[in-house]
Amino acid sequence: MAISRPSPPPARTAAAPSGAATTPAEPAADLRVDLGGVTLANPIVTASGTFGSGREINQFFDVNRLGAVVVKSITRHPRPGLPTPRMVETSGGMLNAIGLQNGGIDAWLAEDLPWLRQHGVPAIVSIAGNTVEDYQVLAQRLRGVEGILAVEANISCPNVEDRGTVFACRTEATREAIRVVTANLSVPVFAKLTPDVTDIAAIAASAREAGATGVSLINTLLGMAIDAETGRPRLGGVTGGLSGPAIKPVAVRAIHQVHQALPDIPIIGMGGVSTVTDVVELIRAGATAVAVGTATFGNPMASLEVLEALPDWLAARGIDRVADLRGTVQLPG
Amino acid sequence: MSSQITPRGSDPQVFGREEGPLRAFCEVLGAKRVGSYWSLTFVAPAIAERARPGQFVTLAVDVGGATLRRPFSIASVSQQGPWAGTIEIVFSGVGQGTHWLAQRGKHDVLDLVGPLGRGFPLPNRQVPALLVGGGYGAAPMLYLARTLGARGHRVDVVLGARTAEQIYNTIEAKRAAASATFTTDDGSLGTQGIVTDVLDGVAEHGRSEVVYGCGPMPMLAGVARWAADRGLPSQVAVEEAMACGTGVCMTCVVPVRRKGQRRNVRACVEGPVLNGARVDWDAVRSPAMAQHELDEETG
Repeated sequence: MAISRPSPPPARTAAAPSGAATTPAEPAADLRVDLGGVTLANPIVTASGTFGSGREINQFFDVNRLGAVVVKSITRHPRPGLPTPRMVETSGGMLNAIGLQNGGIDAWLAEDLPWLRQHGVPAIVSIAGNTVEDYQVLAQRLRGVEGILAVEANISCPNVEDRGTVFACRTEATREAIRVVTANLSVPVFAKLTPDVTDIAAIAASAREAGATGVSLINTLLGMAIDAETGRPRLGGVTGGLSGPAIKPVAVRAIHQVHQALPDIPIIGMGGVSTVTDVVELIRAGATAVAVGTATFGNPMASLEVLEALPDWLAARGIDRVADLRGTVQLPG
Repeated sequence: MSSQITPRGSDPQVFGREEGPLRAFCEVLGAKRVGSYWSLTFVAPAIAERARPGQFVTLAVDVGGATLRRPFSIASVSQQGPWAGTIEIVFSGVGQGTHWLAQRGKHDVLDLVGPLGRGFPLPNRQVPALLVGGGYGAAPMLYLARTLGARGHRVDVVLGARTAEQIYNTIEAKRAAASATFTTDDGSLGTQGIVTDVLDGVAEHGRSEVVYGCGPMPMLAGVARWAADRGLPSQVAVEEAMACGTGVCMTCVVPVRRKGQRRNVRACVEGPVLNGARVDWDAVRSPAMAQHELDEETG
């Protein structure tokens, strides 16, 4: 978030309601949420690909204070990613085309997971592939590994066995990719879906049929930018994912549609969240937990700041449990 | 553990840890024009204390719909005086974000994160150093020149730009170095040509044993190749489009060769200062590099 003057510093502790000195001490709001059988201490998590391995932002604050850290998508083999430019700033957001650069599952298990465990960071592992077999192998490698709270299957990737059509654009491809993940894991599995579809509730239902515990909504929207002078695409990868505040209404809509269709499944909501009211908006739409993503690029403290603001927001409205807010959108009669 | 610290007990709006980068709300102490560039100096004691030449800060800017910070090399640091510690940045004011920054004045408070990235490694021995700066990339070079000078190194500086007014601070360059040589594309100051045209002469005269660079990527490529051809080690501060500055977004990568393999490393954490001999310049695809290649093709 761009600001020209100091914003109020975040409260020192998460559980200090304003006016506590003059009113009788109230119990702090209960921030715990149940994410498909696992309990998060609070609903604030990070969006995959916006928080590195966890170490980077831990330079600024203890990232184990967050409900969970969703790590950058891991692939079966190391990936060098796409050529630069990989980023274009847009009004209210940005386009990125990284190409899932990462060191592969072996490097992640050897180098990043031990750090997360050592620091007591609840970790949700994001996995990505280009074939059903990729997802299967990744799930098998993660089976029984200690320190993993849940797995997020990023199926908003091109399926090379289907002419590059994104898995999460088709119900059958969604089922196939998710089935091999859920068949190999005992931890909750969340299918991360693209909003670039006609009926996102149908895709979510197919993920559910394949054994997914819940869904993560939304991945970036596919976009493109062209240099007006040269006529060249402004991203090395030509097209890229749009994120940031500009896409928040799309996230709210997608979460709402899926929650209305499938009220029983947990949803990790994300898309343009940068303030506590954004968090509340996604929870009211139906999110169980809410991820802060691109906001961390503009402010490394963004996820902590919304976490610290949440108890005050709830207390000021007499809400005891954040879980009670879920799905409380007041639709017209 | 609380995320808030007060390193000097004087500035409550500093967030971070006992070491590493900080987020701080910093008051503008001075704003001025330097040639065709702009300079902003901030009261930032905690950041100043930790900064090294070659490191950078990111600033939040308030321009229509922008959500990302702008990165700037640290141009100078003062750890003394009544303000306890200041840092300076120098920029062109051409882009939307830097245009907004150019309009900031004394007492405005801006949101800074830094110091970020890997700075210039300083030689263990007191070897003569050749510092090459392009455009406003000269500013961090002069910061390095003063740092090396204070450690007893001989420093020779070469600054290049399109025109005379885009040569940053010739007076400070002469003050900070044993020799200062200027090149301009149009010949309006110093030698007409580009920096690599004069490096042989300057390096021979200064008996340079190590080369440092900061400026546009095509210039850095030229300097790094020149150094490699002469068996001189080079350290260059690279630039790439950057979203986060903290290592999480993976956008600012630069291709480097290590152990025979090419890897994309993050300019913001593995850099911005990289070993010039390791960068795979032919694979760099920044807009400046693409424009440079286009210019070459079309003469």
